[in-house]
Amino acid sequence: MENYPAVRLHDLRVRRGRREVLRGLTLEVPRGSLVGLLGPSGAGKTSLMRSVLGIQAGVSGEASVLGRPAGSPELRGRIGYLAQTPSVYDDLTVRQNLAYFRVMAGADREHVGEALERTGLDDLADRLVGTLSGGQRGRVSLAVALLGRPELLVLDEPTVGLDPVLRAELWTLFHRVRDEGTTLLVSSHVMDEAVRCDRLVLLRDGEVLADTTPDELLARTRTRTAEDAFLAIVAGRTWESA
Amino acid sequence: MSGRRTLATAGRVLAQIAHDPRTVVLLLVVPSLLIGLMAWLLDDTPVFARVGPAMLALFPFIVMFLVTSIATLRERRSGTLERLLTLRTAPLDLVVGYLLAFGALAIVQALVAVGYAVVVCGLDVHGSLALLVVVALADAVLGTALGLFASAFARTEFQVVQFLPVFVFPQVLLGGVLLPRDDMPAVLRTISDWLPLSHAVDALDAVARDDHGIGYVLAELLVVCAFSAAAVVLGAVTLRRRTA
Repeated sequence: MENYPAVRLHDLRVRRGRREVLRGLTLEVPRGSLVGLLGPSGAGKTSLMRSVLGIQAGVSGEASVLGRPAGSPELRGRIGYLAQTPSVYDDLTVRQNLAYFRVMAGADREHVGEALERTGLDDLADRLVGTLSGGQRGRVSLAVALLGRPELLVLDEPTVGLDPVLRAELWTLFHRVRDEGTTLLVSSHVMDEAVRCDRLVLLRDGEVLADTTPDELLARTRTRTAEDAFLAIVAGRTWESA
Repeated sequence: MSGRRTLATAGRVLAQIAHDPRTVVLLLVVPSLLIGLMAWLLDDTPVFARVGPAMLALFPFIVMFLVTSIATLRERRSGTLERLLTLRTAPLDLVVGYLLAFGALAIVQALVAVGYAVVVCGLDVHGSLALLVVVALADAVLGTALGLFASAFARTEFQVVQFLPVFVFPQVLLGGVLLPRDDMPAVLRTISDWLPLSHAVDALDAVARDDHGIGYVLAELLVVCAFSAAAVVLGAVTLRRRTA
């Protein structure tokens, strides 16, 4: 395997209108790791993920993905993306959605069944997406992101609004995919999910507040839960002084 | 661009519409109902014989414009467009896929509308019926192509609907339906020469009256197709991968 990280951002800046939403951000996501991107809403998580995918306008600085500049044509189909809103067709069945995106991603036919199985959607395969619950719709969108076993998965708040059982199941799935060699970049504002990641990146106001491991985060902030740790950092104590 | 992805897109759009039977019925029936209303309204006058052929261009054109621009706007707003552009999709895969799907619907729509106008409303067609269907189809495709293009400039459904008066109504007014184009003020006549719907109406009139010969009809048809092609290319250009 080549010797480059899955994602490498250096002094990344994103300007939206007059506002700079990412302010010179430097970050590496090692291959085969599960990295959590945490921070309050408006911190720049989505802009960062969209920059990695090469669909964000107003980007300056360096962003390379799988050894290539973000947005390169060669990367298309190698990155699975789950946006915050389920990006699937309401007026198609689950299976029709997957069958279509499968062609557009250049994945094999067998991957449709695999994606259905992994997201637990087998029983819902022939239902219209528009008739599903919000959580189920999110899982259809996730199934599309998994199609063709992409090398990098970029998941924007995949567990938001889900019940605890389902959330646990999804994290089991993320670990399984990670163990198969896929790199995952997962954003969340649910802090207790932080402990399930290999590495954590805390964002606030477009800057990296901390880039660490879950254990180190708890140790340095002398807190017992990730939520407390985050609050401690955000409350004003900087990471260095914590 | 890839043939497989284009066909997959066309199939997907048709599958979406198949799950919405009400839209299918509206698409196929509404133009005929309007033509029927027109024929009834003008029953005791010679006017229907004059404007009837133009109706075959107008209603499919308007209906397809609306349906297509809303469908593409939904694609932009739901995030599916963004997702497709992170995959191997080329903009032309999408635009041509849409065109094929709505074109297939337009064929059925044109058959229904022409059949209804001729059989039920008694529209006199002196030229070839097949050619009339082809011209009506070209007009529906033009509506689809312009709808694709117009949706690029709309952020909301409200705006898309407002584009109907902007893109469509001037073409209807200046297209020679209300007033023969030769009787217009010179400036308006020149403007109407540059609007695709004028050529569509001219072509339909020529087929219905059979007074210009096939060469003229094909030339007008070519103009309509050129406008469609330009709208498709411009529509594809507006599908940007990077957005704010």
